[in-house]
Amino acid sequence: MSAANKEQGIPGISRRRFVADTAQTACVVGIMGLTLGIYARQAKSMPATAIRPPGARAQDAFLGACVRCGMCVRDCPYDTLRIADLGEAVASGTPYFVAREIPCEMCEDIPCVAACPTGALDPGLTNINDAHMGVAVLVGHETCLNYLGLRCDVCYRVCPLIDEAITLKTISNPRTRKHALFIPTIHTDKCTGCGKCEKACVLEEAAIKVLPERIAAGKMDAHYRLGWEEKAKHGGPLLEGVIDLPDRVPGGAGP
Amino acid sequence: MTSSYAPAAAAITQKGWPKAHGWLLARRMTQISFLLLFLAGPWFGLWIVKGDMAASRTLDVLPLTDPYILLQSFFAGHIPETTALIGAAIVAGVYALIGGRVYCAWVCPLNMVTDAAHWLREKLGLTKGWPPKRELRLWILGMTLAVSAVGGTIAWELVNPVTMIYRGLVFSLGAVTVVIVALFLFDVFVSRRGWCGNLCPVGALYALVGVKAVLRVSARNRHDCDDCMDCYAVCPEPQVITPALKGLAKDASPLILDRDCSNCGRCMDVCAKDVFCFTSRFHEPPLPYPVTNAPRKAA
Repeated sequence: MSAANKEQGIPGISRRRFVADTAQTACVVGIMGLTLGIYARQAKSMPATAIRPPGARAQDAFLGACVRCGMCVRDCPYDTLRIADLGEAVASGTPYFVAREIPCEMCEDIPCVAACPTGALDPGLTNINDAHMGVAVLVGHETCLNYLGLRCDVCYRVCPLIDEAITLKTISNPRTRKHALFIPTIHTDKCTGCGKCEKACVLEEAAIKVLPERIAAGKMDAHYRLGWEEKAKHGGPLLEGVIDLPDRVPGGAGP
Repeated sequence: MTSSYAPAAAAITQKGWPKAHGWLLARRMTQISFLLLFLAGPWFGLWIVKGDMAASRTLDVLPLTDPYILLQSFFAGHIPETTALIGAAIVAGVYALIGGRVYCAWVCPLNMVTDAAHWLREKLGLTKGWPPKRELRLWILGMTLAVSAVGGTIAWELVNPVTMIYRGLVFSLGAVTVVIVALFLFDVFVSRRGWCGNLCPVGALYALVGVKAVLRVSARNRHDCDDCMDCYAVCPEPQVITPALKGLAKDASPLILDRDCSNCGRCMDVCAKDVFCFTSRFHEPPLPYPVTNAPRKAA
């Protein structure tokens, strides 16, 4: 409209009006954009209990790639996946699951990944055992029955990668002094985050929980080396002529 | 309080009710058919179409993707898989031919909501209300792309009521209803045809897609026009009519070439003089137009 005025030969008024109109629109849209931007940023935070489907890209990249079509949710044969409604803590329209409710059954043909048209779920994931939806962590050290010296073992037994993702580590039971504790131990590199352990935990509130990897897993600095591994790799001591003194063991026991 | 909003009255007397609502009914049927195609799966287990308005797969072969969402994804720094790209190319290609905003008038589920709001607004005799500029939607379109780029996220999909209404229906999500109700009330009480006509960036992008659309409305029989203004009263984008309808004196084309025309056909319904018809943008007699009928009646 302002451009038309300009053509009609009232330059003073039309220029002023054009600038004012543009500034007004820019401000209104700017405020909208700011609000949307803040909302978009907040939408990136996920509750720790919400797990993305297998092959999901990292949260930042995922929200730029997922078009919210829900086809992964549709093709999930176990109704594990659900779509976030407006107002939920998970970004509206995106897929997720809650392990304690329905865990991932780790289908071999990974139908959810096959359904994704955009690659928000990485089609490069062809073996479900390579998935890293999250990492199981035994958070309830005081409540886990195995930690108390009982033989529950349920999380270990239901693990689709039994003896790989979860192993039982035996340590001495300091309470009885003659029995063993069978500590469920999760191996981060093998755990797919399917959540069957969390679902199966017999406690009222699961002692083992699947958490996003960024929360659940530690990471060693790149320059750290484990001496004993380096030694084994080398096939002997790395420095020649170092005197190996006998280890001091309390009570004078030992070799 | 109530006004006598009856823009099709003359057409009804002249042509009868069915003919005066033909295109409107066709549109409603198309909109409902699309909705039923998507709902047949979740409601009746008849999986013809999977997905929603954002992306879908028909009969497990035909992928369709919303080009606007994919564009935001590009801006967010993601290169989508081929399936989504093909889907968006098909959708954009079709609308480029038949008119970008055909999506708005014939497919978008929100059209029924905003049309209902408009009807109520006119019945209540409310004034035009807040008049944002029609270009505002282009600004909003640009803003959503900017927010997508800065935030690395598909920004508009967090709030987009167009895809939300389908998602809500297809996946039985309750909370999205609030947005639909809010939008209805906005169009009734705040701004006349405010959402579709001024704000919605989805329509703005589709308008750009269909800027050279082949299927167009022509005011071919404009010499018969008796200035009853019924077409202006029903047109969701009345500014598109003037250059074509009133262009006789200037030897302007009778084609409505404005990208914002949604080919809804409502002008054809309500015109008692049958001024308008669908045609191709290439199918108009050359200038100057023959004034066939008798000269216009004096006002």
